[in-house]
Amino acid sequence: MKSVKIENVSKQFGQVHGVKDLNLTIKAGEFFTFLGPSGCGKTTTLRMIAGFYYPTEGKVLFDDRDVTLLQPNKRNIGMVFQNYALFPHMTVDENIAFGLQVRKLSKTEITQKVDRIRGLVHLEQYGRRKINELSGGQQQRVALARALVIEPDILLLDEPLSNLDAKLREETRIEIKRIQTELGVTTIYVTHDQMEAMAMSDRIMVMEQGIIKQIGTPQEIYNRPLNRFVADFIGETNLIEATIESINGDDIQAKTVNGLNFIGRKQHSSPTLTHMIGDKVFISIRPESVNLGPGENKLIGKISFVEFTGISVNYIVDFTEFSLKVMIINTNGQLKQIGEDITLHIAQDSLYFLGE
Amino acid sequence: MEKPPVDSYQDNAWVRLTQSKWFVYILISPLFLVLFAYVVYPFYQTFIQSFTGDDALSHYKKFFSLASPANLEALWTSLYISIISVICCAIVGVTMAFLLERYDFPGRRLLAILVLVPMALPPLVGVLSFTFLYGDSGIFPRALQHLFGLDQVPFSLNGIMGVIVVHTFTMYTYFYLTASAAIKGLDPSLEEAATSLGAGRIRVWTKVILPMLTPSIVASALLVFMISMASYTAPLMFGVERTMTMQIYLSRTNGNLEMAATQSMILSFVSITFLIIMRWYQNRRNYQNLSKGISVHRSEVSSKGMKILATIASFVGTLILILPILVLILISFSVDGAWKTQILPTDYTIDHYIALFTDERTWRPIWNSIQMGVVATLGNILFGVAAAYAMVRLNFKGKTLLDILIMVPWALPGTVVAVNLIAAFSTENIFAFNQVLIGTFWILPLAYFIRHLPLVFRSTSASLVQLDQSIEEAARSLGATWLYTFRRIVIPLTFTGILAGTLLALVQSLGEFVASILIYSSSTIPLSVAIFQKLYAFKFGTACAYGVLQICLILIVLIISEKLSKGSAGSAI
Repeated sequence: MKSVKIENVSKQFGQVHGVKDLNLTIKAGEFFTFLGPSGCGKTTTLRMIAGFYYPTEGKVLFDDRDVTLLQPNKRNIGMVFQNYALFPHMTVDENIAFGLQVRKLSKTEITQKVDRIRGLVHLEQYGRRKINELSGGQQQRVALARALVIEPDILLLDEPLSNLDAKLREETRIEIKRIQTELGVTTIYVTHDQMEAMAMSDRIMVMEQGIIKQIGTPQEIYNRPLNRFVADFIGETNLIEATIESINGDDIQAKTVNGLNFIGRKQHSSPTLTHMIGDKVFISIRPESVNLGPGENKLIGKISFVEFTGISVNYIVDFTEFSLKVMIINTNGQLKQIGEDITLHIAQDSLYFLGE
Repeated sequence: MEKPPVDSYQDNAWVRLTQSKWFVYILISPLFLVLFAYVVYPFYQTFIQSFTGDDALSHYKKFFSLASPANLEALWTSLYISIISVICCAIVGVTMAFLLERYDFPGRRLLAILVLVPMALPPLVGVLSFTFLYGDSGIFPRALQHLFGLDQVPFSLNGIMGVIVVHTFTMYTYFYLTASAAIKGLDPSLEEAATSLGAGRIRVWTKVILPMLTPSIVASALLVFMISMASYTAPLMFGVERTMTMQIYLSRTNGNLEMAATQSMILSFVSITFLIIMRWYQNRRNYQNLSKGISVHRSEVSSKGMKILATIASFVGTLILILPILVLILISFSVDGAWKTQILPTDYTIDHYIALFTDERTWRPIWNSIQMGVVATLGNILFGVAAAYAMVRLNFKGKTLLDILIMVPWALPGTVVAVNLIAAFSTENIFAFNQVLIGTFWILPLAYFIRHLPLVFRSTSASLVQLDQSIEEAARSLGATWLYTFRRIVIPLTFTGILAGTLLALVQSLGEFVASILIYSSSTIPLSVAIFQKLYAFKFGTACAYGVLQICLILIVLIISEKLSKGSAGSAI
């Protein structure tokens, strides 16, 4: 169990920037997630920690040891690959034992450890199976066992769930989290799925185009995004452009181009916002925070889309300059029709103000 | 614990070196050195030799002079034989592919197996059996002569005709293989669609089927043309002296090395041009596999007359394919010197086979070939696996050059490879560790190594491409060094590919004749040259026994490769 520190790391591929000037500390024992759309540099960063890429500039430290140029086989890491990368010519046990054989453990020790870890991932009966005789989920667990059995200082997971179907993904997600908590190993998890990231992580780093957009706990990232990208990428939201009209103590009043007024709270805004009158801001409104009927920040619009999902009814409501995604929890009420007018309100505490 | 500073400095210097972007060039330099020493340098020496003389261009002038047109005639004959060979091979190969893939008739299954028999015949042995069967004193012409009581044989294979027939027999398989693969991929519903739109049989053929087969036919045509240009054994056995390869052989045996070099350069030029066209064509051609789940249904030959005709035709085809091997086996049991004007040999013995393994003088060439073949193949494995790994896994400038340098010796006629080696290694030289290689044991393994460079390389890189790089990374992340990963992961997973190429290279080395005949040393005569010598000493029985042995070896290898490819298909994820 080690901490990971990344200092001023940049990686260039020819002329293209993979990541730019990254600074980051991952605490020992933490479950840390790199989250972002494909091509954002999350896998590049992970591969530099693993030692498959060397940074063009900067340093990678495990605890206080500089490992920037250390070969991957000397880092004592466990890695789970997106396609599992199991050795197809070996059985389940041989796969798991590989890292132990490299470490020249005795036969009895290897058998013991392999048996124990096979139990941990619930593959007791499968030791002698060939890899191609396993289902996708079982292969995934072999890959995890193989990475964990060597008792790595750091566990690296590169989109490990993306090849599983939806139901299995949820099961495995819980399983990975359970094992990680049990072993307490420092874990770095790469994904583009924000649900996965939110559910599993202690902290999340959101990346875009090789740059860190925000680092924080799931709650911070969701409730207090620093910028438009994070607000938009994490969960669903409506972003409405407005100008700050007035500030009364804790209240901010902002006005859209067409004169719609919104009132929100100053403490519900991004820390990067300067709060000057006349500043351009974005108001973030989560679909689930919009309520039916009159109240604070009342709006009347026309329904252009209705979708019944069981748990909720989703509407898209058109206003003159923007449309609002609205999610109403289904309480057996009457569904409204396309073209009908609808009255909505948003609690002042539910508005969130952002800069660019 | 703190490391002493000196140690960490050294550590760091080594790490810096291995992490440097130039390090990869240190890794690949041995590959280029080998190619430079044994491919480029010999070629360059021949190039230089072709320009030596009073006037730098004198040999080229002589080659193209109309006053003594032997050379131009040879060039023309080679081209002419090659073009006719391509046409004949195309007709036989594509027709066979269609008949076997699309029609069902009695004897189809047997024919489908035997159709590849020519591939199991080493070049010299193939020509040999053809002369026994259809030559001037061959079994068939003589049988007809006796049957009809003629004064002389009614027909016989010789000259250019003989060469073309042998080419057709041995090379139609290239067309057959590519065409049958293409036909397998041809969706029959396309034909049905064309028919439903009102197209007649001929229109379906010219507008749908042939255009779809064109890429495979063109690729095979280029290949057959190249091999025909390089053909040496058939002209030699049928006495066609005016071909390029024969001219080179004659110049060399007459001691006119400069002329041999000039002729080699011109032949190389043709071969390499065709190699380039072939590569270009292969890269350009796209596989359009739009249809999913192709179900080929064979039409049954239904009418009674056609059925009889088809049966006879497939019987004749089977006979033609199997006779060369049968005749070899038959003659291998005949007593040397006892077969003169009779249709078939009269006296039989199994002495030749006993002698193969008991008589020191008869066993010697076999042992020589095994030794030289094994040495060459070991070289091929080492080089081929390293080059394949570099090609697939490393990133460096000069990949295309590496690829070309490996392919060129394969495209060069064996005769030219031999002339190049003579030019480079008949004097002491640094690449031969200051030895004269010509006249020693080592020259033939070197020739085999060069001629078969791409075999292990190709098959290994094909299986390496299949191997996901993350599997290697997984092993590294688990703590394995590069070498350990290579041994436990890369080698086992590419083993079938490496073995397939290795076996092919070994078999080819054991049967190699074209380069051997020009540069063998009398102390280490290879098997193929021994066959040739026995033939000229009228020891047909021994020659054929050698031939049968070679065929057996090739069959074993083919069977193993077949088994391997099936086995690997079963265990792949």
